[in-house]
Amino acid sequence: MDHPLVQLTLVRFREFLRESEALFWVFVFPILLAAGLGIAFRNRPPEVLPVAAVTPQLAQALGRDKLLDVRQLPAPAAEEALRTGKISLLAEPGPGGTVAYRYDNTNPEGRTARMLADAAIQRAAGRADPVGSSDRLVREPGSRYIDFLIPGLLGMNLMGSAIWGMGFAIVDARRKKLIKRLIATPMPRQYYLLSFLLSRLTFLAVEVFAVAGFGHFVFGVPLRGSLAGLAALCVLGSLSFSALGLLIASRAKTIEAASGLMNAAMMPMWVVSGVFFSSERFPAALQPVIQALPLTAAISALRANMLQGVSLAQVAPQMGVLAAWLVVCFALALKLFRWR
Amino acid sequence: MSSPSLGAALRVSHLRKAYKDVVAVDDLELEVRPGECFGLLGPNGAGKTTTMEICEGLTPADSGEVELLGMHWNSHAAELRQRLGIQLQETQLSEKQTVAETVRLFRSFFRRGPAPSEVIALVQLEEKRHARVGALSGGQRQRLALACALVGDPDLLFLDEPTTGLDPQARRQLWELIERFKSAGRTILLTTHYMEEAERLCERVAIVDRGKTIAMGTPRELIASIGVEHLVEFSTGASERPFDRAPLERLDGVREVREDNGGMRMQVTELHRAVPALLDELRRQGVPLTELRTHSASLEDVFVALTGRHLRDE
Repeated sequence: MDHPLVQLTLVRFREFLRESEALFWVFVFPILLAAGLGIAFRNRPPEVLPVAAVTPQLAQALGRDKLLDVRQLPAPAAEEALRTGKISLLAEPGPGGTVAYRYDNTNPEGRTARMLADAAIQRAAGRADPVGSSDRLVREPGSRYIDFLIPGLLGMNLMGSAIWGMGFAIVDARRKKLIKRLIATPMPRQYYLLSFLLSRLTFLAVEVFAVAGFGHFVFGVPLRGSLAGLAALCVLGSLSFSALGLLIASRAKTIEAASGLMNAAMMPMWVVSGVFFSSERFPAALQPVIQALPLTAAISALRANMLQGVSLAQVAPQMGVLAAWLVVCFALALKLFRWR
Repeated sequence: MSSPSLGAALRVSHLRKAYKDVVAVDDLELEVRPGECFGLLGPNGAGKTTTMEICEGLTPADSGEVELLGMHWNSHAAELRQRLGIQLQETQLSEKQTVAETVRLFRSFFRRGPAPSEVIALVQLEEKRHARVGALSGGQRQRLALACALVGDPDLLFLDEPTTGLDPQARRQLWELIERFKSAGRTILLTTHYMEEAERLCERVAIVDRGKTIAMGTPRELIASIGVEHLVEFSTGASERPFDRAPLERLDGVREVREDNGGMRMQVTELHRAVPALLDELRRQGVPLTELRTHSASLEDVFVALTGRHLRDE
């Protein structure tokens, strides 16, 4: 109980619990964020697509598809509607009894409208489909946006709480000359840094439960992998982010400088690491860099565990990336740390 | 490698430390004997805190030798840290921790020392043991800082300006505490710019100015060394008629008369002769007296005699 590392960790503990703002940002905020995004991106029944035709015959043919919301408009009005995005497609007669479609083929709705419109018009003109078909609809949890999002938010939250928590605490202690006071004692210096890592871990369980638990119980996000595996990934991720946080705070003397560095480190990762959308959308040339980032590795491993139920062995590469960041950042932080 | 001065708790010789273009410590000398309370007295910017921090192992010196308890920082750092107690000039301890938690934290760093509750009782903070540091007054915080310095049962205690910023009552309380530690046989090095503090607490004093030791000895020795026993400070209402001080200076037992802070200051060896002589002279010249103060020579006067400035010149 009186071991210096225990005492130092207890101090970190109390600092966190006695700071009510921190409690909000770490526990309440991610849940609010997940709820908001989950509601905004909830699965809804397929939307009806607005389209227009310039002749009554075309309009009537198109109207046979329930998924198309058809209007008949004169040409100028129709063009205006297309231009302003009020309709996804405009059907007009072409030369020699053909039909011409005007739409934006880089837009998924435009492409869908084109396919539905053409099928409707062909069938109206007498096309027969030789093979009968029936639909069996699948609403599999695990492939919804909310399922994609929750592991992303979990990773982002682990990173944010580690780096912000560590950064401010250290810079504040340095500014107050508290660190200087401590190094005048026989306290082993690495214990001071270690106490930050250890205290993070203690709060981990609550943070992870808050986000993943919320996702699972409220939105039905699956937890297909072993819970022990999930816990291990969260611990490893949190330790790596904490080490990164220590490195960022290792020399800053003011809160402003520290904030600047923390934002510079975290913001790129928020964008490219796959929090809100897949990191693979970025060009191939950037992928090696993106995959080497700790947040990308953490989120990728979390998704694989939660949504696909893979074993830890299968996410070994991502774990390797996290472990590398942990070791390198801690060693560098110890070397560069400004104690006075 | 000079032989260690036998028995010195702390020996500093030829200490130099410069920051960019400011020489903070310039060939400074100190010797502190075991069991004594030694004072470093000097104005702000004299180099006292820099010297302390070098002795505490927090700052490296540019050159010179520092020997504590027979050991040096570059060979025995870990051992020295176990045996020193330190109170920094400005420490703000963690505001959200309680007094007891803070003392316990510091106690955990040392191999041996009193129980936290004992130390808290020693500095008279028992009632506040569960109060958060943020809720303590200035005087209570200094007592807590002192507790943290004592918690390792140190052989050598460094106190850097322990009562700066405290109201007179808190200051007196702290003096009483420090006096109690002295009787326990600990060696103490104290820096201050308050001469009453140095005179009251310290057996020996080094006066430092601009990075150098300009005098060292017991307060009594130092005061005797300037050859003056009393100071008479007076002001005249003579804007129209300036007071001619030459006749005064020629008097027996008057050392010097000089202008000081808008009035005059007379250094004398015999008060009972000098004051009547002053009054006579003022009456003779027809100059009214508006203020008159006398005091026995103090360390402040030693400082003025040596440097021409006051300890608290801003």
